[in-house]
Amino acid sequence: MAARTLTIDGQLVSARAGETILEAARDAGIAIPTLCHLEGLSAVGACRLCLVEVVGSSRLLPACLTPVSEGMEVRTASERLQANRRALVELLFAERNHVCAVCVASGNCELQNLAVQVGMTHVRYAYLTPQCSVDISHPQFGIDHNRCVLCTRCVRACDEVEGVHTWDVAGRGVNARVITDLGLPWGEATSCTSCGKCLLACPTGAIFRRGTSVAELERDPRRIAVIVASRQERW
Amino acid sequence: MAGALPRAAPAQEQDLAAPTVDNRQKILQATMRRHQYRPDALIEVLHKAQELYGYLSPTLLATVAHDLHLPPSRVYGVATFYHFFSLAPQGAHTCTVCLGTACYVKGAAALLAALEAETGLKAGSTSADGQLSLLTARCLGACGIAPAVVLDGLVIGHADAATLRARLHALLAQPPLAEEHHGSR
Amino acid sequence: MDLAELNAIAAHERASRKPIRIACCTSLGCYASGAVELQQQLTAGVAATGRAENVEVVGVGCMGFCGHGPLVRIEPEDLLFEHVRPEQAPAIIAALDGGPCDVERGDPRHPFFARQLPIVRRNGGVIDPERIEAYIAAGGYATLYRVLHDVSPAEVIDQITRSGLRGRGGAGYPTGLKWATVAKSPGERKFVVCNGDEGDPGAFMDRSILESDPHLVLEGMAIAAYAVGAHEGYLYVRGEYPLAIQRLTRAISQARRHGLSGSQIFETAFDFKVEVRVGAGAFVCGEETALIASIEGRRGQPRPRPPYPAERGLWGCPTLINNVETFANIVPIIERGADWYASIGTARSKGTKVFALTGKIRNTGLIEVPMGITLREIIEDLGGGTPDGTPVKAVQTGGPSGGCIPASLFDTPVDYESLAAAGSIMGSGGMVVMDAGTNMVEIARFYMAFCMDESCGKCVPCRVGTVQMHHLLDKLVNGQATSEDLVQLEALCQIVREMSLCGLGQSAPNPVLSTLRYFRDEYAALLNAPSAAAPQPTD
Repeated sequence: MAARTLTIDGQLVSARAGETILEAARDAGIAIPTLCHLEGLSAVGACRLCLVEVVGSSRLLPACLTPVSEGMEVRTASERLQANRRALVELLFAERNHVCAVCVASGNCELQNLAVQVGMTHVRYAYLTPQCSVDISHPQFGIDHNRCVLCTRCVRACDEVEGVHTWDVAGRGVNARVITDLGLPWGEATSCTSCGKCLLACPTGAIFRRGTSVAELERDPRRIAVIVASRQERW
Repeated sequence: MAGALPRAAPAQEQDLAAPTVDNRQKILQATMRRHQYRPDALIEVLHKAQELYGYLSPTLLATVAHDLHLPPSRVYGVATFYHFFSLAPQGAHTCTVCLGTACYVKGAAALLAALEAETGLKAGSTSADGQLSLLTARCLGACGIAPAVVLDGLVIGHADAATLRARLHALLAQPPLAEEHHGSR
Repeated sequence: MDLAELNAIAAHERASRKPIRIACCTSLGCYASGAVELQQQLTAGVAATGRAENVEVVGVGCMGFCGHGPLVRIEPEDLLFEHVRPEQAPAIIAALDGGPCDVERGDPRHPFFARQLPIVRRNGGVIDPERIEAYIAAGGYATLYRVLHDVSPAEVIDQITRSGLRGRGGAGYPTGLKWATVAKSPGERKFVVCNGDEGDPGAFMDRSILESDPHLVLEGMAIAAYAVGAHEGYLYVRGEYPLAIQRLTRAISQARRHGLSGSQIFETAFDFKVEVRVGAGAFVCGEETALIASIEGRRGQPRPRPPYPAERGLWGCPTLINNVETFANIVPIIERGADWYASIGTARSKGTKVFALTGKIRNTGLIEVPMGITLREIIEDLGGGTPDGTPVKAVQTGGPSGGCIPASLFDTPVDYESLAAAGSIMGSGGMVVMDAGTNMVEIARFYMAFCMDESCGKCVPCRVGTVQMHHLLDKLVNGQATSEDLVQLEALCQIVREMSLCGLGQSAPNPVLSTLRYFRDEYAALLNAPSAAAPQPTD
C-alpha cells in the first residue's frame, strides 16, 4: 500500500494512503481528543473535538474523516484549537446534568477524561438543566438521558455491528434524544437483542448495566473494534 | 379576502376517491405501492399518512415501518425530525401565525401574544376540547402581505389582532367538527 | 414531439389569443388576497357583457408588486390596477372602454418596475403558469430542442462557465465549475437536484419562480442533466409552498405528456425523469448534504464535506445541486449566449438577482435587478423608502446566515464580494428593511432563536452553542446582561463559527456579529452594571 508522508505538530509521520489524520496521529503517539469516534464504527465528524488545522485549508477539518495526503501539514494543538475544544467540553457539561459524583461511570468516563485532557477547570456557560428521564424498563440495561452526549455511538454500534438498528435519534437540536424503536421504553423495544453493544459503545454513564454499582462498573469500548476485527478475519 | 390553499401534502397523481375512514388504509397502501415500498419514500409516505389521518399515531408509524422494511426507530427519528409531522392529534381548527422575518418586523410577535391571550393557549398547543390548535410557522413565503396568518388553510394577509379575533370567534362558533375532519390542515 | 409540433403548439396558442387581455396575478400573495374569486368575477363579467369574443381573462404568475395585490393588468393598454376586490370586477371591465373607474390605479412605469431587468422573471405576470402551451408560445422548450440537437454537453458547460453565472442559493459558487465537476466525476448513474427548500424567513423568490414559471426551471434542469450526463432529477420543494408544489407537479405531468420529460426527449437518445420531493419543515435541508439525506428519506442531517455531492451525492452517485433561481437562468443564457449574460452585472458577479423586498418598506414585493445596483437604489428608488417616510435604519440580507447592513453603507453595490465585505452575504435574496423602531439586539435574538430551533442537533457547537448564545441575547434584551456576558457572546460566536459542521452553524453567529459591528451602542445600552458573578462550579 502506498505510503504518505506528512507533518503533524512538526513531527514527520508516515501513513498509509487512505488513512485518516486521526489514525496517522494515533500511530505516531499524538493524541487528538475525540468523543463521537469509536474504532470499528463509521465516523460521523459530529462532536467536532478532533478538528485540526491543515495548512492550505481555511476551515478546520475533522481528523476522524480527513484522509492524509502527501506533504500535508497538520496542527492538532494550536492555542485556538485548545481553547475551542475546552469550550466544546464545557458546552457538553452545561447541556445536560452531568454530576460525576453520583455517576456509575465516574472514573471510567470519556467525557470526564476529556475534561481533564482539555484542561477544563470550570464551566463558563449557563447550565441548561433539562428535565431528562431515566429508563430502566429493560431487564438488564438502563439509560439515563441526563448523561447522554448524543455521540450516536450506541446508534451506530446497534446498526453497524449488531445489525438491528434498535436505536436512533428522535427530535432535533438540543431536544434530540436517543430512542429505541418507536420511542417507547427500552424494555418494550421488541427489536432489541439485549446484546449490550450499545453499553460497550457508550462513552459516558448514559447507558449502564442495571445493578452495577460505581465500584463494580468496568467497561471496555475497545471491544467493539475487537468484535469488528475478528469478524473481518473470519469472513 | 382570503384564498384557500391546496393541501400542504405532496400533490402526486390523483388518488382514488375522497378519503373516508374506510379507505384511508387503501390510499396509504396505494401510495406506498406507487413508490414500490422503497425506504427512501418514507417522507412522502408520512406526508400522505398525516394528510389522511391528521397525525401519526404509533400504530400508523409501525405500519409504515413494517411495509417499507425500515427499523421502527428510523421511522420515529424521521417523524420527529421534521416540524410538519405531528405525533399527537391536532385541533379541529388550526390557526398558524407566521413568524418569518418580514412578519416579525411587522409585529407578528405581538399578534401571536394577542392570540395566546385570547385563546388561553400557548403557541404549539391544542385546546382541551380539541377544537383549536394555535401554531407558528417559520416563513410561509407570503412576506409581501406580512404579517400572515393561516386559519384552517386560508391565508390571511396584513393580519391584525381585531380581525383575527373576530374570525376566530366565528370559526369556533360553528358546530364542532366530526372526528374525520381532525387535523385537516 | 419534434420541432414542427413544438412550433405548431406555439402558433396555435398565439393565434387563439384575443385582442384584449385581462391578466390577473394568481401567485401566493394575490391568491391569498382573493385573486381567484376576482378572476372568476372578471371572467363572468366579460361573458355577461358580451365581450368574450375579443377579451380574455387569464391567471398569470407573480407580477412582483405583492404588497399592492391583488393585481390586475390590462393589455395592450398596459393599465395596472392594485388592491382589486372581486366586487370591483365590473368597474375594471368598464375601464376597457375608457370609462371612469374608481379602482386603485398602479403605474407600470413606476421605478419599481422600470428599474428592473427581468431575465428569470421574464414570464412572471405574463404567462399562465398552469398551461405548458403558454410557456411554449413564449419560446419555451425551443432551447432544449436546440441543445439536444446541435450543442455538445461540453459546449453547454462552456457557455455556462463563460456566462459567469454563480449559484443563486447564497454561496455564489461558479455554476459552470460545479457542472464540469459533475460531468467529470466517474459514474454510470448521476443525478440533478433542484434545491427549492427556500428556508430563509423573509425570502420568497424561489416560490414565486416556481409558481409563475415552473417550466423554465424544468427546462433548465433538463439542459443541466444533458450537460453533466444525468438521467434522473429531483425537485425538492418546501412543504410550506403547496401552490408551488401543485403547479410544479402539474407542469411535470404536462411535460411528460408532451414528450418533454421522460424517455427519448425530442426523439433523441436523451432521457430525463424528474420527480418532486416535498420537504417537511426543516430549514437545515437547504444545506446540500442534508437535502440529499432528506431525499433519501432520512433525517435531514448534514455530513462533513468533502466529499462534495458533485463527487458523492444521492445514493453515493455524482449529484449536481443548484437552486431554483440558478436553474431558471440556464435557458436565457443558452438562448442569448454567454457573452450577453456576462455583459450584465459587475466584474465578478454577473447577470441579475431576484430579491424579496419586505419589512418596513413602501413597495413590498419581488424585484429582479442587475448585479451591481446599490442597496440605496433598491431601497429608495424601487422600494420607495419606509411607508411613513422616516429614515431606513438597516437592511438585512441573507436571512439567518446573513447580516444587517446599516444605512451608512447603502452605497454598497449588490454583488457577492461587496456584501460579504459589509459583513453580510448575498444569500438567496431576502431583503428585510428595518426602521428606527427595530431593536437590533432583538433582531439578533430573533435569528438566533431561529437557528437554535432549526439546528439538527448533530454537532455540539451548533446544538448547544446556539442555545447558549440565545440565552445571552435574551439576557441582553431583558437588561440583565453584564459586560462579561457580552464578551462571552462574542467568544461563542467565534467558536460556533469555526467548529460547526455545516453552513447553518458556521453562519449562525453572523446576525449577531454584524449587529455588533454596526450597532454596538444598542448592545451597550442594554448592559447592566458589570457584576462580579462567580463562575459556576463544575462537577
